[in-house]
Amino acid sequence: MTERTMAQALNAALSDALADPSVVLLGEDVGMTGGVFRVTDGLRETFGGDRVIDTPVAESGIIGAAFGMAVAGMRPIAELQFMGFSYPGYDQIVNHVSRIRNRSRHRFTAPLVIRIPYGGGIGAAEHHSESFETIYTHVPGLKVVVPSRPIDAKGLLASAIADPDPVIFLEPIRAYRAIKEDVPDAPYLTPIGVASIERTGSDVTLIAYGAMMKETRQAAELLGANGVDAEVIDLRTLVPLDVETIVASVQNTGRAVVIHEAPRTTGFGAEIAALIGEKALYSLKAPVERVTGWDVVVPLRRAEKHYTPGVDRIVNATMRTMES
Amino acid sequence: MPQDTLQILAPNGELVGDPPIDLDRIRELYEAMVVARVYDRKCTAMQKQGRLATYAPFEGQEACQIGAVAPLNADDWVVATYRDAGAMWFAGYPMVNLILGRTGDERGGKTPEGINVLPPSITVGGHMIHAVGTAWADKLQDTGRVSLTMFGDGATSEGDFHEAMNFAGVFDTPTVFFCQNNGWAISLPFEQQTAAESLVDKAVGYGMRGVRIDGNDLLAVVAAATTATEDARAGRGPTFIEAMTYRVGPHTTADDPGRYRTETLTDQWRAKDPIDRVRVYLEAQGQWTEAWEAGIAQAASQQVEDAVAEAEALEPFTGDEIFSAMFAEPTLPLLDQREMLRRDGP
Ligand SMILES: Cc1ncc(C[n+]2csc(CCOP(=O)(O)OP(=O)(O)O)c2C)c(N)n1
Repeated sequence: MTERTMAQALNAALSDALADPSVVLLGEDVGMTGGVFRVTDGLRETFGGDRVIDTPVAESGIIGAAFGMAVAGMRPIAELQFMGFSYPGYDQIVNHVSRIRNRSRHRFTAPLVIRIPYGGGIGAAEHHSESFETIYTHVPGLKVVVPSRPIDAKGLLASAIADPDPVIFLEPIRAYRAIKEDVPDAPYLTPIGVASIERTGSDVTLIAYGAMMKETRQAAELLGANGVDAEVIDLRTLVPLDVETIVASVQNTGRAVVIHEAPRTTGFGAEIAALIGEKALYSLKAPVERVTGWDVVVPLRRAEKHYTPGVDRIVNATMRTMES
Repeated sequence: MPQDTLQILAPNGELVGDPPIDLDRIRELYEAMVVARVYDRKCTAMQKQGRLATYAPFEGQEACQIGAVAPLNADDWVVATYRDAGAMWFAGYPMVNLILGRTGDERGGKTPEGINVLPPSITVGGHMIHAVGTAWADKLQDTGRVSLTMFGDGATSEGDFHEAMNFAGVFDTPTVFFCQNNGWAISLPFEQQTAAESLVDKAVGYGMRGVRIDGNDLLAVVAAATTATEDARAGRGPTFIEAMTYRVGPHTTADDPGRYRTETLTDQWRAKDPIDRVRVYLEAQGQWTEAWEAGIAQAASQQVEDAVAEAEALEPFTGDEIFSAMFAEPTLPLLDQREMLRRDGP
């Protein structure tokens, strides 16, 4: 065990993976500087510039080339610098990465991982705070993983790299260094598609993922102090979704609050709410609440606080569900 | 500098070609370069004090910043990047707007009426094609305006660069492509950005004129930019300019160049400083005094201080205001969300 931040845990997973010669890491500034968030720090020194590759500034090129490498039998890991800069590569992801297995009826596959830092909360410049995960969850053929803590980050990234299909691996920017926890030194896999019940409770189910887990955990503590016993689910994977865990929990508590920082309209909360409507409607004691970002461009530094859902909003929404 | 690189004022301040402008104009542009440098250094300093968000300094690129804009008319289009605050300011974008943007306030993006400078492109490479669109509109509407787009060497690797250059060539738009080849894209050196010997060679592939210049030579920049602007205005289509310069500072205030480069080359470039050589030249012409320069620097420093004070005095957005500029009229769902924010707080 070593105490690690999420950035360090991810670094450890990448380092483990690079022991396999079919794995390469490519992206802008991943080599010499160790990436904008230093997640790849030191890997170029250890594995060389042919395996930890600094590319020209070209996201479509990075994804398209990684796709080709994957089709040809390698296990590329592509890093994009921010979600706001992933869009030039979106065509490659939607039209090629996600569907080659289907188009070729399993003859060709694209086992690559695309790592994308996402989300706000650090007062960054425009395009640096976005949380548009649903543009990826909506595309058939992509798995979408979002760790919220160091221990999961390492195991989930290892699973993503081992996965036979393309994985969009979303890394919450403000969680990179926010939490430190003990992370096993030996390689291990945390399964994709399995949510984690972080806290059991009987009154209400709080469902979140990624960076918003921090506020969600805090809200649960506050609610607990006020006599509301909240169950907390960290989804960890958005696609494929762990439907069973969500449904079983809501059937037990009868109340659900979904939390994300992405804009509200067609955010992932809509999917969860619909699912609960389909599978647990008759257990519900109150309408499902959504605590989300707004349908606006993430405000810049001076006004960003109005955007990101805070603990109070989660508590207020939860208390509304408790009224019925 | 390679042989085919236009230079008019050598690094030692000696003329090696014909100046495209007279001494009065050189003094004006010199003054603008000094203001730009003061602005740039103050922004870096203020970022360190936590008063500004991340800042991308352009130190060493002042000849490009000022010279590329010098031949433009007040209503020409300027479509530039996060590193082009000097150019934007010289094209009429108010300093307070630049500073507001850097404090992290959307109101910085509100260009005054009559000034056609777009907010700086933060994404690399997506904006050059916009200067094709604005130029194309001007061509179709016969306004006589020209569009200048500025970008770095890294931006030429994005696919959108190709599309912009190709459209400009095919539709013969009055666009000036001004590439500041400053040797770096964050940590990636030019030699790893492209296998081409020089970027200017790309112009021919798009059926476009191309010219490579010493980007630290104000007079070469002005000469090339003037020719390209006049050609564009006269209906002779686009030009690609590759200005050879150097990013002597970090990529941004969040960057540590020590991780990827030694400063030997940087020091060599500092010796080719774009401001110093004009000063030496002006002094030799009896057109420069220390007192004059000190006055300019003092006034510039005050201008930046005032802009920061004005920006900081503005109340930050209220919650309501984050909803107010998404559409011409806020939609019902947005009004709903505004209510939720009022009710529950952030
Ligand atoms: C589409 C996109 N990809 C990546 C980035 C991150 N990024 C910001 S600046 C930069 C380097 C750009 O280099 P260059 O075009 O040479 O301009 P310079 O910064 O040197 O002025 C990168 C990769 C971005 N802003 N946009």
